[in-house]
Amino acid sequence: MAENSGILVNCEVTGGRLAPIATELLGAGSRLAPELGQELSAILIGSDISGLAQETIAYGAKKVYVVDEPSLKDYSTESFLMVMEKVVQQAHPAIILLGQTSSGRDLGPWLAFRLNTGATMDCMALAIDPATKRLLMTRPVYGGNAQAVQVCGTDPQIAAVRIKAMAPSAKDDTLQGQVINVEAGIDSASLKTKVLERKIEATAGIKLEDARVVVAGGRGIGSASGFQQLEEIAGLLHGAVGATRTPCDAKWISNSQQIGITGKIVSPDLYIAVALSGASQHVSGFFSSRVIVAINKDPEANIFKVAHYGIVADWKTALPAFTAKLKEVV
Amino acid sequence: MKNIIVCMKQVLDPEIPLSLFHIDTEARQAIQPKAMPPVLSPFDENALEAALEIKDIQESNVTVISLGKKLTKAVVSSALAAGADRLVILQDEAFGEFNTYLTANAIATAIKKLGQYDLILCGLQAADTNTGQVGTGIASILGIPCITAALKVELDNDKVRVEKALPDGYEVIEAPTPVVVTTTYEVGALREPGVEAFMSAAKKPITTWNARDLGIETGNTGRFTMIKMDAPAHESKCEILEGSSSEEKAVKLVTKLKEIKVI
Repeated sequence: MAENSGILVNCEVTGGRLAPIATELLGAGSRLAPELGQELSAILIGSDISGLAQETIAYGAKKVYVVDEPSLKDYSTESFLMVMEKVVQQAHPAIILLGQTSSGRDLGPWLAFRLNTGATMDCMALAIDPATKRLLMTRPVYGGNAQAVQVCGTDPQIAAVRIKAMAPSAKDDTLQGQVINVEAGIDSASLKTKVLERKIEATAGIKLEDARVVVAGGRGIGSASGFQQLEEIAGLLHGAVGATRTPCDAKWISNSQQIGITGKIVSPDLYIAVALSGASQHVSGFFSSRVIVAINKDPEANIFKVAHYGIVADWKTALPAFTAKLKEVV
Repeated sequence: MKNIIVCMKQVLDPEIPLSLFHIDTEARQAIQPKAMPPVLSPFDENALEAALEIKDIQESNVTVISLGKKLTKAVVSSALAAGADRLVILQDEAFGEFNTYLTANAIATAIKKLGQYDLILCGLQAADTNTGQVGTGIASILGIPCITAALKVELDNDKVRVEKALPDGYEVIEAPTPVVVTTTYEVGALREPGVEAFMSAAKKPITTWNARDLGIETGNTGRFTMIKMDAPAHESKCEILEGSSSEEKAVKLVTKLKEIKVI
């Protein structure tokens, strides 16, 4: 049996395009592969996605395995796992990189158990140990209160990587690579799960993960109408509104706007934290933001240990003045 | 009669204030402070609630399995007070918090030992390790499907219907039992037990097994090694803007943001 070699990146496709996480993983792979003296390859799974193979090569993949079939249009654990296993058998990579995304969180563990290896989830940093040549994977634990560095002693080493943790590679259309088309070969009779219905909420306005500015509210906002003030600020700054878990639980805001270790991870230029204490499960979701600003009436709140700028003030009196001044300057 | 298994992990309280949170860098794990007792991992409590809601409407036997190095009876048996029928404690020096494969293998082996089962419920991810792998691992070892991130779980004859969270919505998935489902908090908060519940809980059976009772290997498979763990220092680098009123502070803040060109 051939020895495991190379880095295989799972390139997710959303809305017919390479997802940003795909370019970030290719960026990480492009930097790690030379340290191993090994090759970077990618896998594209979906329907009508063959056209993306060249772009994947432009982002650094030397080989792209394309599995293009109508039945793969939407992600489903069973079929995507079957396909990935098939490609992994062909490619026998030493390292598999996935996004810490809805699908990555399923595929990572499934692949690990199927391939008798380990998966390390929610990685924020990756490096190659110069002595052992094993992948060093850094990830948050205890809700983000601590950081762990893990190593997998078996191949392939599987890492699910946080979005925006890695810099994407620069696109170079002159790069050459090989496209390998793989038949999915899925026996649909063997699939046990069936999707009966799919309901996607169209996001009004800017998606949280893409927003340059995020205005987030916590328990202190107290009501759905309170969040309207945050909406106004977000509107002025062309940003999006997020929340900690309490407002989502209380239905003051949609669950899809939750930011944190079990919600969305964001990395905007500006994160304005209003009336939220800064518990680590939430902080985990935004700590890599460029500038973090806090408005909280409790001077001891943890958020002030995380923010770059802050004011100790009750949001009810501070926000109207904040908004009025914003209208003057932007 | 439906047999439902709920996997519940005892963890360091995720609400722990930072002043009490310390990492033993040698042992590579958090130190359990006396001042703040451990709790059942929050998503696992949601998983138990999902099981109990099924039990509310159809005849079911709910078994809770809890695995760890050293479990606190009062903590894990609270599941019995909430309404579970039986508790199985898997306790062994080898059962560390972070060993995903060993945990999944031990629990899957215990489940096989217990006999017939229709549905296995786990929390989406444990509040200490935050990996979200064990549910899938159990399914993989038992050769059954796993549906993760459930917002809602319904058990109907020999099928399970799950509303699964998607990044921008949800999908409804159906699968034949037996199946593993991992739950988000949206399946519901765990009910508060009444006084009689605590009294009857004391009569419910508790079984304790170790690795030898399960007949499993606990040696290092090489699948994962914790090289290092530390808590990053929390020094504040925050510039607090002062003022004589909230309004004045707010205005200063906007001015500062404009100054540093972030708006």
